[in-house]
Amino acid sequence: MSFDSVMDLLASTLRVSTPLLFAALGGLVSERSGVVNIALEGMMIVGALAAAVLTHATGSPWLGWGAAAGAGMVLAAIYGLSVIRLRADQIVAGTAINLLAAGSAPFVCKVLYGATGQTPALELSQRLGESPLILAFVCVAVVALWLRSTASGLWLRVAGEHPQALSTAGVGVVRVRWAAVLLSGVLAGWGGATLSISLSSAFSRGMTGGRGFMALAALIFGKWKPVPTAAACLLFGLADALQIRLQGVVLWGTEPVPVQFIQILPYAVTILVLAGFVGQARAPSALGRPFDT
Amino acid sequence: MADPTWAIRIEGLTKRFRHVVANAGVDLRVRRGSIHGVIGENGAGKSTAMKMLYGLIKPDSGKIFIEGEESHWRTPQDAIRAGIGMVHQHFMLAGPHSALDNILLGAEPSVPGTGWLPRALRPVDRTRAKEKLEAIAQRYGLPVDWEAKVEDLPVGIQQRIEILKLLYRDARILILDEPTAVLTPQEVVALFDNLRKLKAEGKTILIITHKLKEVMSFTDRVTVFRAGRVSGEVETAETNPQELANLMVGRKVMLQVDVPPQPALGEAVLKVENLGLARSLGKLESVDLEVRSGEVVGIAGVEGNGQSELLQAVLHPTDADCRSSGSIQVFGQNVTAWTTARIKSLGVGVIPEDRHREGLLLEAPMTENYLLGLHSDPNFSKKGVIQREALETACRKAIQEFDIRPAAIDLELGRYSGGNQQKVIIAREFERNPRFLIAAQPTRGVDVGAIEFIHQRILRARTEGAGVLLVSSELDEVLALSDRILVMYDGRVVGQFLRGQATEQEIGLLMGGGK
Amino acid sequence: MSDPKMAPMPAVKAEGSGLSGWLPRLQPFVAVLLGLSLGLAVTALAGESPWLVLKVLVQSSVGTAYDLGMTLFYATPLIFTGLSVAIAFQAGLFNIGAEGQLAFGALAAAAMGILVPGAPAWIAPVLGVFAAIAGGALWGFIPGYLRARRGSHEVINTIMLNFVAAGLTSWVTLYLLRSEDSQNPETKSVGAGYLLSHWTSVFGDAPLSLAFVLALLAAMAMGFFLWRTTAGFELRAVGQNESAARAAGIDAAKVRILAMVLAGGLAGMVGVAEVMGNAGKFRMNFSPDYGFIGIAVALLGRNRPLGVVGAALLFGALQKGTGALDFETEHVTRELSSIIQALVILSVSAEGLWTWMRERKKGAQA
Repeated sequence: MSFDSVMDLLASTLRVSTPLLFAALGGLVSERSGVVNIALEGMMIVGALAAAVLTHATGSPWLGWGAAAGAGMVLAAIYGLSVIRLRADQIVAGTAINLLAAGSAPFVCKVLYGATGQTPALELSQRLGESPLILAFVCVAVVALWLRSTASGLWLRVAGEHPQALSTAGVGVVRVRWAAVLLSGVLAGWGGATLSISLSSAFSRGMTGGRGFMALAALIFGKWKPVPTAAACLLFGLADALQIRLQGVVLWGTEPVPVQFIQILPYAVTILVLAGFVGQARAPSALGRPFDT
Repeated sequence: MADPTWAIRIEGLTKRFRHVVANAGVDLRVRRGSIHGVIGENGAGKSTAMKMLYGLIKPDSGKIFIEGEESHWRTPQDAIRAGIGMVHQHFMLAGPHSALDNILLGAEPSVPGTGWLPRALRPVDRTRAKEKLEAIAQRYGLPVDWEAKVEDLPVGIQQRIEILKLLYRDARILILDEPTAVLTPQEVVALFDNLRKLKAEGKTILIITHKLKEVMSFTDRVTVFRAGRVSGEVETAETNPQELANLMVGRKVMLQVDVPPQPALGEAVLKVENLGLARSLGKLESVDLEVRSGEVVGIAGVEGNGQSELLQAVLHPTDADCRSSGSIQVFGQNVTAWTTARIKSLGVGVIPEDRHREGLLLEAPMTENYLLGLHSDPNFSKKGVIQREALETACRKAIQEFDIRPAAIDLELGRYSGGNQQKVIIAREFERNPRFLIAAQPTRGVDVGAIEFIHQRILRARTEGAGVLLVSSELDEVLALSDRILVMYDGRVVGQFLRGQATEQEIGLLMGGGK
Repeated sequence: MSDPKMAPMPAVKAEGSGLSGWLPRLQPFVAVLLGLSLGLAVTALAGESPWLVLKVLVQSSVGTAYDLGMTLFYATPLIFTGLSVAIAFQAGLFNIGAEGQLAFGALAAAAMGILVPGAPAWIAPVLGVFAAIAGGALWGFIPGYLRARRGSHEVINTIMLNFVAAGLTSWVTLYLLRSEDSQNPETKSVGAGYLLSHWTSVFGDAPLSLAFVLALLAAMAMGFFLWRTTAGFELRAVGQNESAARAAGIDAAKVRILAMVLAGGLAGMVGVAEVMGNAGKFRMNFSPDYGFIGIAVALLGRNRPLGVVGAALLFGALQKGTGALDFETEHVTRELSSIIQALVILSVSAEGLWTWMRERKKGAQA
């Protein structure tokens, strides 16, 4: 491979990693506080849609970016209402949130544009360029620093590890978890916005393509820690970029490379990590357990 | 107005839960700068009183004065602000986090110059916190590796971290709930050394325990709880273990049990030799035990002294979490490498100590609860298919014989009263006419009528030639039913008596670790 | 501190909630009403008359014999996945992996039909069914084994295995069994003996086949297994109270593996409906999230076979009915079914809501 194609591959790795970075960070914030988040996919969908709709309507991608945060947060609030307030099972409610988002998006498209498939295409000038990528790395740094250095970062980590310890120390677990879930909605919403107004020029259905779940895999692979999680996102992004690049390419023999094996790699290694075959991943101890005051 | 003498004064504290009066007019006074022991059996009401003192639950009536000031708090935070700190029996520590972070939690100092940020977002000044803690640690002689993860530290150090948590918050009154339950003897000595230093520095310390020895050697004054009341408050120097034991067990309403004459002793139904379990898993130390057919062997002891572990080891000998060493024979066969199902199929009946956790399917009907454990029995299962008719017949018979109410076989078990749930278990476990019966806390949470019935059934099994191993934290029950009594303390058997050989007081003394 | 290897998530309660009395029995109906009303409210917001939407939904799901046939056709895979999720629930496990298991089952059925195309018509369907069950069961065994022996949580594993299954089935389809004369990503066709005939005389063009009957039989078999056999009892006992099951001498690890194998096998039978009853081949991404809708079906059916069948019929009708919305209304799309399903799941699972209702009821009596 030539230098150019390597640089090319790296550039596309960074690009496809960006939505993953946002979503995985969102998952991290929520799960470190003790709330499982398999609803990342749904939050990405509404974020992608809201960003595209508002950017198209106003012509300002940054308003779209803000709308993505808002939409992600609204969905996260529904999720929080179910699992924190109404003590619904977090997996069940997460699945429902994903269904809700996947079903609502085409519906909104049809109401707004009369077509279910996608939003109208944005002009190139209306799209966000590399900014989301930079912002994603800033977010990784901020989240890492926040968790490590600030008071609320400590609260968040203890909320997911030993909520009783937090509440006997005088900090409300429920409030911490609410904040975490809402923030995860913002971050995952931005992950979706990256897809619709930075990497492409419209929202189209199925555009998230399971990235919310891949973010979850990266989160586990990164052992619920910000920097390793970001590294996992980049690794999975590399696999993704490589897979796109190698599609239909004949490297040896007469058959094209079976890229499916690269596609499944992130998920397969996550299973192996969880089973303790490759290293050890340890979830926050109180993950998935509702907290009764 | 500050009270110069008493750090804590409790007057007429009363707390009623749905069916039980946990505290009935408790009075308690703790002198400033003293180590004060609170002692009593399980369920005597000491934990309830401490929880009210710490603001975890609200009293129905009564008054609490802290250093002369009447308290009206609702949450632990109010108690913390008033200078009270509590080390819970189960530590409130987040394992993967550093000792430092665990101590700071909820009281983080901010980096100077960041006051303009909301408190939650202020960076934590760990350096300053560490300096303050170093000073505290030095003053009280409680060194800790601040950066170490809590889960990597021994239990004794974890406890030290809990104490530092309180000192960091300037607590003047420290409550420690069963602080020695998880410690090795050396750690216990170290703990009390530290507590003496704290006392010398003017702190007031309240220790909840059931160990007489500790109370005698480490406290200044003792309050004894019995059945929700204070049965005595004495200066440690003016009392002795026997007097404390008397106050603790007292003379409760003696159980009226008609004990039929003991049949001739037969073969050993259970023989346990040198049974051991690592302390980290619960602790058993070289326990030897024999139960022969035709006798009831009762195990007395305050809960948490190895009784549960003993039963688990006998029933799950292959589980490494239940048994570290030793051998188990049932009916003369070595079952040490057997599965639970195989052991039980020899003819072992078990009344588990926690029926909701280990004995029942509360959401399932009575029939299925009856089936649990008998589901492979050829009477109820042919070629893998459940024999419903046989099962229903057996259930109806059991309802008659054991007077189970309501007399419905398809009602969810969760809707039965405790006593009737227990009867379902007993009926089930008697189905196979066990020649070896394990009865753990057989009458816990059971109404009076059912207690008598259950006792009679246990004694009838003995008359019919079964061997019975009875475990109960109710000393009366052990005394009334057992032909032989073993006393367990700290994972060991510390005493053995035949029926009538020992008084309640003597046994109470051993249960508290006294000699 | 808990075992570090086990990601601690709460055990799933087989019965949905611990409430007693009339409320749990009524709960699914109230939830459906709630979900449906909220869904219709959404259509009203979109400027469509809810009455029109409701009329379209009912008419196009059961209006004609053909519509009814299509409803039953849509319900068939949902019965299978609903049973799959339900049997895992009964053992205290959460199977989010039905999607992957059904893909493997369908691929296995197709592979059987392609590799042994000449099997005589009396044995071919049996072979196909067995292949479908085996394919799904294999994919269910993996998370069952990992949970029982390695202590890793089945929720994450089944999610991940869904994607692994998508990749692997795509590879097999495109590299090993690809149909040369098709532009679509699909395999060759199976032998004629494998195809189940459609009941055209009754239901017209609806591709309703014996697969529907098989689904009903599977539900009956599951009912018999869970409530009449010793192994089924052990499975439910583990799901309801693992400690009590252990004390009764039940090997919970073995039971868990069995439950996931059965769950996988049930999901795999979707392959029968799709490959043998409908397409005649394996088409990539044929499932519109049957596996996930199966979760809703199981929850709504309270994890009982009969309930699952009922819920699947309802959701099948919803699927068929909402399909007509695209052209019968101006603003409402077929995705309304997902929205309603999501709302139904949210209301069924909101335990706090039901506790609150019960307490209100108590308060009213007091």
